[in-house]
Amino acid sequence: MLWNAEFETLPREAIAALQLKRLQQTLQRVYATVPFYQENFRRAKITPDDIKSLDDLRRLPFTLKQDMRDNYPYGLFAVPLEDIVRIHASSGTTGKPTVVGYTRRDIEMWAELMARSFVAAGAHRGDVIHNAYGYGLFTGGLGAHYGAEKLGASVIPMSGGNTKKQIMIMQDFGSTVLTCTPSYSLYLAEAAAEEGVDFRDLKLRVGIFGAEPWTESIRREIEAKLNIKAIDIYGLSEILGPGVGIECIEAQHGLHIWEDHFIPEIINPDTGEILPHGEQGELVITTITKEGIPMIRYRTRDITRLITEPCVCGRTHIRLARMSGRTDDMLIIRGVNIFPSQIESVLVNIEGVEPHYQLLVDREENLDTLEIQVEVNEKTFSDEIKVLQDLTQRIRKEIKDLLGISCKVRLVEPKTIARSEGKAQRVIDRRGK
Amino acid sequence: MKVEQISIFIENKSGRLADVTHALGSAGINIRALSLADTSDFGILRLIVDKTDEAKTALKDQGFTVNKTEVVAVEVPDRPMGLYGILQVLDRGKVNVEYMYAFVERCGENAVIIFRFDNPEEAIKVLTANGINVLQGERVYSM
Repeated sequence: MLWNAEFETLPREAIAALQLKRLQQTLQRVYATVPFYQENFRRAKITPDDIKSLDDLRRLPFTLKQDMRDNYPYGLFAVPLEDIVRIHASSGTTGKPTVVGYTRRDIEMWAELMARSFVAAGAHRGDVIHNAYGYGLFTGGLGAHYGAEKLGASVIPMSGGNTKKQIMIMQDFGSTVLTCTPSYSLYLAEAAAEEGVDFRDLKLRVGIFGAEPWTESIRREIEAKLNIKAIDIYGLSEILGPGVGIECIEAQHGLHIWEDHFIPEIINPDTGEILPHGEQGELVITTITKEGIPMIRYRTRDITRLITEPCVCGRTHIRLARMSGRTDDMLIIRGVNIFPSQIESVLVNIEGVEPHYQLLVDREENLDTLEIQVEVNEKTFSDEIKVLQDLTQRIRKEIKDLLGISCKVRLVEPKTIARSEGKAQRVIDRRGK
Repeated sequence: MKVEQISIFIENKSGRLADVTHALGSAGINIRALSLADTSDFGILRLIVDKTDEAKTALKDQGFTVNKTEVVAVEVPDRPMGLYGILQVLDRGKVNVEYMYAFVERCGENAVIIFRFDNPEEAIKVLTANGINVLQGERVYSM
């Protein structure tokens, strides 16, 4: 099923032509209205008139998260505040939040792309969409909400938290589509099991999960525990919010990025050089329709690759492979690059091990140490010490085989690792503090 | 002939053992025998109680990981070489002991030892064939 058949199946040449036209318009606009871009382009000795083909995009400088902080709060806005109808912001865990503003047309475009995304995920009018993304400054809640209304579905604006009530409402209201973070969906499943509620008795059919990197094994876990199809959605507030890209339910392989609104590039995160299609690197996105706060070559810090092969669903838009991590949650432990998702993939493939884990990174006598905390459940627990020690040995060995680093595995009691209602915090890095 | 034992996973944190005994006590459960095996990170508490299933529920309600396993309670003559005699029988019968601990109470002239075998049926056969008394679960729970 398609929401906007014309644009979703546009021939590749037509997409490219549309992108170039919209890119040129966007560049003219930001050059005229945003001092940051004027200055940046001048330093790169380039003007919007120099961009004659999509290939010229590479000549433009990158925009970084730091640039948003430096221009806090409204410095990157391309329209006067009176044209901004909505303001969102990132959580700002490392200081001031990054602030984004939307014009009325931006909000409509966002709703359109979210409606497309819902349809790609297999949702339709008549669905009861249980939206457990947080409302508020975070873009997840309202982004999904407006898209679901645009689609014509019935939205339950649950927001995060209040887990017992979430389960009751899913039962009583007959929710058919769940939107939340992947880690929260597992928490819901766990809480439901404690309440004696079987997800197989619910009407839930599809879950649309995003806002944090997750793995294929977690998908299988969610699909089994919640008895649904689990769909990966991509977005970030700096670019739009949720709905920048989504997997189609037909393939569940790669996230279609809506190319009539965004131009994706993959770069080598160390050198900034553009990588050929299919190679893994950092995703860079340029927005070509946004009014409030257009983004030119924004470095997302997300690691992925582009899938250019045609998709079975008929959409012509290029796909992003499942995000394998973020350049900023990449851990460097004794010189080895490690993504939490790699450790997760080892853990979830060990029978009986819970997907709740935490990584503790520390420095002892100038040497980095990694401790993986894993919860013990009835399946993995034994009355014999040697069985538990074999389990920790096995995890240690598999991590060592996969990543080449030694770690300590600590078994902890169930529920001791904090459950998150938003993004899961997987890593506690105590080095340099 | 087997006895039900519950085992509980506890992290090496102060107060956890107290939490277990409090949960059991509040549920009106009496501990018959107990053993704690520990490593630097965690311990496994093994208990024989008067009401196994109630104990399991009470502990699970408190968030503990609890398993039920079957062990064998054996009467051991309370005199020098008493335990040796039994271990010798087991050894000759090629029965492997996973772990064992002593029962706190006495049973007439004898002491009681709890054994965890990898093959309890075989162990019971060997013990009874050698005239060693293996206690029934009900007897142990109500001692």
